[in-house]
Amino acid sequence: MSVFITVALIVLVLMIVYQIAQASEYAASMRNDSKTREQSTNQIMAWLLVGFFVMGMIGIVYCHNILKDKLLPVSASLQGEAYDFMFKVTIIVTGIVFFITHVLLFWFAFKYKGTGSKSSFFFAHNNKLELLWTTVPAIVMAILVAIGLRNWMNVTSEAPADANVIEIVGKQFNWIIRYPGKDNVLGKRNYKNINDANNVLGLDKNDPANADDIISQSGEMHLVVNKPVKLIIGSRDVIHDVGLPHFRLKMDAVPGITTTMWFTPKVTSAQMKLNTNNPNFVYEISCDQMCGKGHYSMRGTIIVETQEEYDKWLASQAAYLAPPAAAKSTEVVKTDSTKAITMK
Amino acid sequence: MSNEAILHESHSHDHAGDHHAHEHHEQHFFSKYIFSQDHKMIAKQFLITGIIWAVIGALMSVFFRLQLGFPDKTFPIMEKLLGEWAKGGKLNPEFYYALVTMHGTILVFFVLTAGLSGTFANLLIPFQIGARDMASPFMNMLSYWFFFVAGVFMFVSLFVQTGPASGGWTTYPPLSALKEASMGSGLGMDLWLISMSLFVVSSLLGGLNYISTILNMRTKGMTMTRLPLTIWALFFTAVLGVLSFPVLFSGFVLLIFDRNFGTSFYLSEIFIGGKALPNVGGSPILYQHLFWFLGHPEVYIIMLPGMGIASEILSTNSRKPIFGYFAMIISLVGITVLAFVVWAHHMFVTGMSPFLGSIFVLLTLLIAVPSAVKVFNWLTTIWRGNIRFTVPMMFALGFVSLFISGGLTGIFLGNSALDIHLHDTYFVVAHFHIVMGVSAFFGMFAGIYHWYPKMFGRFMNSRLGYLHFFLTIIGAYLIFWPMHYEGIAGMPRRYYDYSAWESFKQFTSLNSFISVVVIVVFFAQLIFVFNFFASIFKGRKVTTQNPWGSTTLEWTTPIRPGHGNWEGDIPEVYRWPYDYKDDGNGNDFVPQTTPLKPGEESH
Repeated sequence: MSVFITVALIVLVLMIVYQIAQASEYAASMRNDSKTREQSTNQIMAWLLVGFFVMGMIGIVYCHNILKDKLLPVSASLQGEAYDFMFKVTIIVTGIVFFITHVLLFWFAFKYKGTGSKSSFFFAHNNKLELLWTTVPAIVMAILVAIGLRNWMNVTSEAPADANVIEIVGKQFNWIIRYPGKDNVLGKRNYKNINDANNVLGLDKNDPANADDIISQSGEMHLVVNKPVKLIIGSRDVIHDVGLPHFRLKMDAVPGITTTMWFTPKVTSAQMKLNTNNPNFVYEISCDQMCGKGHYSMRGTIIVETQEEYDKWLASQAAYLAPPAAAKSTEVVKTDSTKAITMK
Repeated sequence: MSNEAILHESHSHDHAGDHHAHEHHEQHFFSKYIFSQDHKMIAKQFLITGIIWAVIGALMSVFFRLQLGFPDKTFPIMEKLLGEWAKGGKLNPEFYYALVTMHGTILVFFVLTAGLSGTFANLLIPFQIGARDMASPFMNMLSYWFFFVAGVFMFVSLFVQTGPASGGWTTYPPLSALKEASMGSGLGMDLWLISMSLFVVSSLLGGLNYISTILNMRTKGMTMTRLPLTIWALFFTAVLGVLSFPVLFSGFVLLIFDRNFGTSFYLSEIFIGGKALPNVGGSPILYQHLFWFLGHPEVYIIMLPGMGIASEILSTNSRKPIFGYFAMIISLVGITVLAFVVWAHHMFVTGMSPFLGSIFVLLTLLIAVPSAVKVFNWLTTIWRGNIRFTVPMMFALGFVSLFISGGLTGIFLGNSALDIHLHDTYFVVAHFHIVMGVSAFFGMFAGIYHWYPKMFGRFMNSRLGYLHFFLTIIGAYLIFWPMHYEGIAGMPRRYYDYSAWESFKQFTSLNSFISVVVIVVFFAQLIFVFNFFASIFKGRKVTTQNPWGSTTLEWTTPIRPGHGNWEGDIPEVYRWPYDYKDDGNGNDFVPQTTPLKPGEESH
């Protein structure tokens, strides 16, 4: 009933507004002839457009001022530095184009408003102008493509041989992380071996390389500062995406396909807390590919630490397949992160 | 084809036309308003259906913006409207995703494809090329009714127990293929696929008709290079649709097989719902290629009609020829061709070969060149004009502004090295909403206000038109401009709640602000909707044949044209459509039907 009343009320208000607007239009048409009416409308609209432009430009500056401190801190990876630079270049180029075209658009609209006395200038084509604004954008695009492809080649190049290799596997709705252990080799796995109770990644028990592999189900990934890391990315069910906003990277996790991504973290978590003045700062892994109802809660975290801290942490971890019950106890197993968040 | 043939054809049509003119008073209600084969009526059917879908789609965005803006509040009104899906006045996450999915599907396909090109192609092609109707009026009618049935299936899917499809408007498998993966992947997804398949049929029937009409049924003297840019734009829109929709359809067929018949086109090595599925060897990336092979041209299917409409309206209201008519056509060709070879820029981070990615970077940024040419030509068109700020002109100017703003952010996303951070963040949301959402809508609004007198013989109220314009453009920028910042900060799209994220929760107040503006803009659109329907009955009557002082053929028809459009012969065309100059009798335009004066050169 209340829905019905609301709808009826909205319709009623719209009816009244329409009647007033109609009446005012008829009244205006009776007061003045169509030419005068048209010219006064042109005047008003031209000024309103200028007002819109001026307020818009002020709004852009205002918006930037209140939001600029909410953006990300400087890139936490070497690869992200190239991104930051390229982003700045593109902002400057597009910003100039945006400003010039908008000044022209609103200035022309204002300056050439119909006043009744003027007539327009018959100007149908000019090949020199067309050539100018075909080539200039083409050259600018070529420069942006050149910078982009250089960075793209770098970021997608083969990881250095000394990179730490870590596997990250997405599932609805959390991340499972596997470290290769002492032998530095990730053992084989097969999705048919998966068992949520004791083999979450389907490790092949006959592969000796699996014996020392460490699996973390808390969604927390440990990385060593200034040491390249290569992520082996997979998915157990649907497509997910490993999004690392602080490192300016992301890559899809696709079932049936292994994707990779490598980068070099350069700021430790501890340092980042100081840099951002935020004691709660944490590197987060966001799922950036829609994966179902818990998509928004598929959160992982990254701890970037020194080699010593990393070694110490690693030593405290037990291999997944041969659990000497002692060391495993501190681990929090997050089975359903949706629940974890809604309970909060 | 020879002009001779056209002339003969137009004569024979002519008799038919006369015949119709006597007959159509007795036309049955059903054949006049429901199963009509008159292009003008079909255009109105597409438009009104599109408007109804637009209101539904926009209302959905209001619901999910309430969740995004106020994640810790409850809204009892939502429970009233959505029932179980918003128990206690708080949106269920499953249904949040269903709303996002439906909002995208409805707006992209039902409103901005069918509602936009369905309306203006049907209305303008016969009018502006000088034809009595479409090449096949019957196919044209089928096109609308397939669209209508597609709409029925989509509407029904909103009410099934497991909810409508909820895997995003792109419906990537395996999420959309497996019932275990999400509730919306059950019956809702089946209905979605049926609906979209019917939609593809509708779109093909329409598109083939538009192409053959433009190529074969132009009046005498209407060479291709005398066509208004609206027709050129609608022509390429149809070409894009005809060549790319079948690929989407094939993608859907394979998805239907994977869902129901145990094939593994898109599925491989999946463990879900506590068991390992037998499917191996498929690739989910295949679907993405098939989807985006339509999905990207689709963006231009949405944009091109707006470009054509804006060109026409900017020129008419500046009382000045469109600048660089041939450059405008060539840039449309460029956009059309390039539109087919940029699809994989939606897939830079899928693990696709980086080399392939770099080719797509190059091709994608190339498309900025014809787009830039168009913008500069529009700017030069209004330069030194004698501008009349009619409501359609305001929307056309707004279209240019939004096209620039949204186009420029495409330069970021098309460059894979930037996309690797910005992909699937709010930057993308802001980008495509400005450029193919609001901007295309502005093209559509401009067209509706401009051709309303031709459709209904009355004007829409212009005061409300101006109000609608300013509220919408201010609102659109207030909503989408700050969203870029969220995207630059890496905030992912399609999240139900950000409050648990250390990196994104600083935008809580901004999200509330955006949601408030969304509600205001929604009501501003209701002003338009009301204006549209009320003016059909109460609008100021059109008293002159050519109220905008326009050169094109549709304004040579009677104020309320009957079936067959022209009462006598179809007029002959002697000149290009943009002769906005002194005609020697105190008018500032020369209609296409005026023969060249001795010594006057044709354009």
